[in-house]
Amino acid sequence: MRETFVATTTALLEEDPRTAVVLADISADAFAPAMRRHPDRVINVGIREQLMTGVAGGLALTGMRPYVHSYAPFAVDRAYEQIKLDLGHQDAGAVLVSIGASYDASAEGYTHQSPGDVALLDTLDGWTVHVPGHPDEVPGLLRAAAHHDDRVYVRLSSQQNSRAHPGTELKVIRRGRTGAVVVVVGPLLDAALEATRDLDVTVAYTHTPRPFDTDGLRALRPAEVVMVEPYLEGTSSRIIAAALADVPHRSLHLGVSRTEERRYGSPADHARWHGLDAAGLRRSIAGFLG
Amino acid sequence: MTVTAVEPELLTRITGDEKHSPSAHSTLDILWVLYDRVLRVSPETADEPDRDRFLLSKGHGPAAYYAVLAAKGFFPVAWLDDLAGPESRLGHHPDRVLIPGVEIGTGSLGHGLGLAVGTALGLRAQGYDETRTFVLLGDAELDEGSNHEAIAYAAATGLPLTAIVVDNQSATHGWPGGIASRFVGWGVSVVDGRDHTALEAALMPRRDRPHVVIAVVEPKGS
Repeated sequence: MRETFVATTTALLEEDPRTAVVLADISADAFAPAMRRHPDRVINVGIREQLMTGVAGGLALTGMRPYVHSYAPFAVDRAYEQIKLDLGHQDAGAVLVSIGASYDASAEGYTHQSPGDVALLDTLDGWTVHVPGHPDEVPGLLRAAAHHDDRVYVRLSSQQNSRAHPGTELKVIRRGRTGAVVVVVGPLLDAALEATRDLDVTVAYTHTPRPFDTDGLRALRPAEVVMVEPYLEGTSSRIIAAALADVPHRSLHLGVSRTEERRYGSPADHARWHGLDAAGLRRSIAGFLG
Repeated sequence: MTVTAVEPELLTRITGDEKHSPSAHSTLDILWVLYDRVLRVSPETADEPDRDRFLLSKGHGPAAYYAVLAAKGFFPVAWLDDLAGPESRLGHHPDRVLIPGVEIGTGSLGHGLGLAVGTALGLRAQGYDETRTFVLLGDAELDEGSNHEAIAYAAATGLPLTAIVVDNQSATHGWPGGIASRFVGWGVSVVDGRDHTALEAALMPRRDRPHVVIAVVEPKGS
């Protein structure tokens, strides 16, 4: 997905003079050709994430459209107040594009992981959040963000599904005959489909958890909702509770645990440890549905 | 001995319940010189893309800022009478969304310089080569580490940008070696922050690299 991001953003630099890219060393090599071609609009501030975000705010205030990129823990966690004030409070927009996600950097340890990024952005107003599950979903999201000035977060991952699903609405992948609905965000879809292969449940997918497709969920008339999210568990519990406030339902929220693993290994290992592999998801979902 | 064209009445109208009045007045002469003699911006051009930009990073104590903007016609003088009231557009920290002529909303320290760097980069990328970017900080505000990310980057890239540090010796631990020594790679002017002629002489010249004007005023509380 990172390669797709670099290619799409490089093309946008060519096509749209409003486009700017702001980096803090991460992925600077990948953007080197674009930087040579557009030295005024591809800006690498060095290892300075507060400045990276402040620069994005300043660029936006002059009418440009900044794409800001780093590892999720540096782009979001570290620069949270700049996101809140240099963008939101200024009524300025930017497209934040992160890599690393929850545990893509499994071998690097917790310093390079941000399971809480979406929850942090949920404390702020006006953020659209995209969590693509396939590289082919990425270009359309980045291009759509070029046409307005809103605040957009694109959470790229090295984990991906076998096929892409375009469209920001909730998409039914498999329809069951019961009121059980499993809502899967981004790259966990394949694992969730495998986990529920022989369960009579509806599986719905979205790569755009914010704004959440509330109408799409209500249209499925769920009696049980299982949220499967590749970031902090329970991140969407408030949204789901509000969406179904007048509908009797039970809910289960699966995602990355708050507990720091303090283990390395592969992303697949971390998925297993957090119960987000197919076996773990099946265990949780089957147990919940009874 | 302050000589200013801001009518004293304007400050009186606003400072009745001003939260941080000593620091408010530390910036009065600097702001007047900027808006009266230096900045190419007026109420008529406040939304023009090539207007000069002034960013007040030190958002606390904005009474002088409000008085100057009102004196220059950016908003009605009557607004000064209801500082931080429930319907007031003027708070104890300025909000760009609410106040014509205010470029950034500030209050939390250490945000203006980064925004100014981005503003200068955005203007340059769009070919507004005649447009200048100014940002005003307090000496205590320099304690925030975010400033030093911006200071080092602007120096390394030779970004044309004018920072003004109003020095009223309010940083708790001071700045041993002087404020100027924190701006490595920048041009430096140190002036009397009450001397309009000296302020104008330091602020007016266009430069092709970052420049800091350290405007020294009375120590806070003196």
